Amino acid sequence: MTEKMFMQALGMGIAEEMRIDPKVFLMGEDVRASVYGAASGLHDEFGDERILNTPLSENGFFGAAVGAAAVGMRPIVETLTSFMWVGMDQLVSQAAKMRYMFGGQATLPVVYRAVMYYGGGSAAHHSDRSYPVFMNIGGLKIVTPGTPADAKGLMKTAIRDNDPVIMFEDGTLLGTRGEVPDDPDFTVPFGVANILREGTDVTVVAIAGSVPRALAAAEEMAKEGVSVEVIDPRTLVPLDKETILNSVGKTGRLVVADPAAKVCSAASEIMSIVGEEAFWDLQAPMQKVASKQVHIPFSPSLEKLVYPTSDGIIESIKKTLG
Amino acid sequence: MGVSVQIRGLKGSVSPLFTHLFSVQIFRDCSGNTHAEKTYSFIDLGTLTIWCHCLILQTPIPRVVGEIGRRIQTTGEKTYFRMTTNISKDLLMLMLERMWRIRHFELKLTEMYNAGEVGGVHLYIGQEAVAVGACAALKDSDYIAGNHRSHGHPIAKGANLKKAMAEIFGRIDGYCKGKGGSMHLADFSVGILGESGIVASSVPVATGAALASKLEGKDFVSAVFFGDGASNQGACHESMNLASVWDLPVLFICENNQYAVTTSYKDTVAVEHISDRAQAYNMPGILVDGQDAIAMYEATAQAVERARNGEGPTLIEALTYRFEDHSLGLEKIRKSEYREESEIDEWRLRDPLDLLTKSIVDSGTATPAECDAVSANAHAEVEEAAEFARNSPFPDESELYKDMFASDMPVV
Ligand SMILES: Cc1ncc(C[n+]2csc(CCOP(=O)(O)OP(=O)(O)O)c2C)c(N)n1
Ligand SMILES: [Mg+2]
Repeated sequence: MTEKMFMQALGMGIAEEMRIDPKVFLMGEDVRASVYGAASGLHDEFGDERILNTPLSENGFFGAAVGAAAVGMRPIVETLTSFMWVGMDQLVSQAAKMRYMFGGQATLPVVYRAVMYYGGGSAAHHSDRSYPVFMNIGGLKIVTPGTPADAKGLMKTAIRDNDPVIMFEDGTLLGTRGEVPDDPDFTVPFGVANILREGTDVTVVAIAGSVPRALAAAEEMAKEGVSVEVIDPRTLVPLDKETILNSVGKTGRLVVADPAAKVCSAASEIMSIVGEEAFWDLQAPMQKVASKQVHIPFSPSLEKLVYPTSDGIIESIKKTLG
Repeated sequence: MGVSVQIRGLKGSVSPLFTHLFSVQIFRDCSGNTHAEKTYSFIDLGTLTIWCHCLILQTPIPRVVGEIGRRIQTTGEKTYFRMTTNISKDLLMLMLERMWRIRHFELKLTEMYNAGEVGGVHLYIGQEAVAVGACAALKDSDYIAGNHRSHGHPIAKGANLKKAMAEIFGRIDGYCKGKGGSMHLADFSVGILGESGIVASSVPVATGAALASKLEGKDFVSAVFFGDGASNQGACHESMNLASVWDLPVLFICENNQYAVTTSYKDTVAVEHISDRAQAYNMPGILVDGQDAIAMYEATAQAVERARNGEGPTLIEALTYRFEDHSLGLEKIRKSEYREESEIDEWRLRDPLDLLTKSIVDSGTATPAECDAVSANAHAEVEEAAEFARNSPFPDESELYKDMFASDMPVV
């Protein structure tokens, strides 16, 4: 174990997999210079052949990754969530649908690394938290690491996985620190939620950047004698329903914290599952703490109102307690 | 030793690539101007000067487009010509066979559509020479990708007619277990990376296959077929630029069948020829007679050679024509006057099957009876495929959730 930043942990995961498997390569805009950080040092180690600077052509290189994967390579594409809209056709019409549409013939081991910047005054065009959109599409695995260790372990699993994966790398977490296993065999499986804190009174499911906020809220509530269980699903597709349902079975109360916009968010889906499958376990209405249903305003006075906060989570926990 | 030729105002000397006996024939051009058909024979030719598969244009375009896409200025009327090299009989007959397979396949679908057995599909009739000529220059290990006009490309690459037909019927024995249908035929085992319903969306995919070839130092190439309409999509332009800056072994084969549904490319393409756009991406742009399988074969073969040698991509514009409506079921659009019946009739005079058959017979490669037998065989194969498709079961409900992911994980 070594203490690492979330961003370094992502890079470690990539580098380790690139050392093991020569079919893995990384491409994206300005990746050689690692403008977004996580690719730092990769160009020095792996050179021009495996770290490719692309033109500004999201449709072009998102699709090229699909084609390269279809014939046996394992591409990693780096982009920002906000630029994914430009390459949407390739993500949806090709990456997501190809396998099903072709009756299982296509195997597409491609990882799209979507750096998710928000909360920093970047305004509406650079602050997207778009994973629910991709959950809705199907055929894509959706990964939202919440801790540095998971950032590394899930990245490695993503690269080894044989389906298209989108890694949503939460910008508010990139600078967070935590213990990260050095073991190159360490991976984190998809579809297994992480119970970050055990509790008996209320379940808080926290996604991506909401994880540290939920933990802080749980800490606060503990002072008031409320025992909060914090669960990070880690992957939204596949989703570990069991862990969530079991927890709700125990606590009877659910709060879901999700930085995505409220309508049709990941939280909506999780609450719908609990409503369908564990309604009789609930002792209080479920609470959703998601972003306000607005575009991200530039002004800090407005932007700070948008995202889920620890206080917002605490408020919702209290609501479930009546 | 160079040999100079003069044909209707065209001056130049002839390629050393064809040092064996060959002939240059002059046909009608695509605007329907008739040109006398002449044959010239040369032996032992000299320096490479002209590229003989192009349409030779009346307008002064003396510029060189890449190394092999050289256009020659002519002063007279538009002239079309091609060079007939010694293509083996086997290859010629294979091309004829695949073209007939496509033609009969599409005719059968029309018949079955009229009988209510299948839905509306996009027919490839009139364009057979493009895919077949191009694929004849590819190996099994090379890849192709295509578009919504989706039956010709896979059949040209060697797809199994039964599986293709069963897919169009939505049956379990189809290429995609009935999950893809007409516009998504794919056979990865013979390099068919799939047809696509979103116009231009397979262009980046084929580019990526070529990227894999380059990164891994393999010698396979990829080719993508797309329409004149698709050529205006950003995905196309992005892919051409990407392929050129990275020198990828990919062939961009634009099937300019003159229309995107009802819209003439002349109303949507800012340059005179789509192949002119190659200049912007610093790659050869070649204008080929898409009705002529041999010209398509030769143009593609040279582009493939360049690609395999690490010399990067080529844009090939095949001038061709969709003989039928945009898709089955759109008969009424024909009456909307986006094109004249007379224009269709003109193009039908240059039916790609007639042209190839004539080349084969005239050169003494095979007899008319042999050519007829190829057609009859293909017809029988298609009938068998239709029977096979009809008898194949529909996919069971248990298929619904399969193939979403490589593993058996639950979908929700
Ligand atoms: C992105 C997209 N826009 C529109 C359509 C609807 N559409 C299907 S085929 C077609 C025309 C395509 O023309 P072209 O590329 O020239 O191919 P052709 O049909 O002539 O073979 C259109 C507009 C589509 N399938 N995809
Ligand atoms: Mg067209």
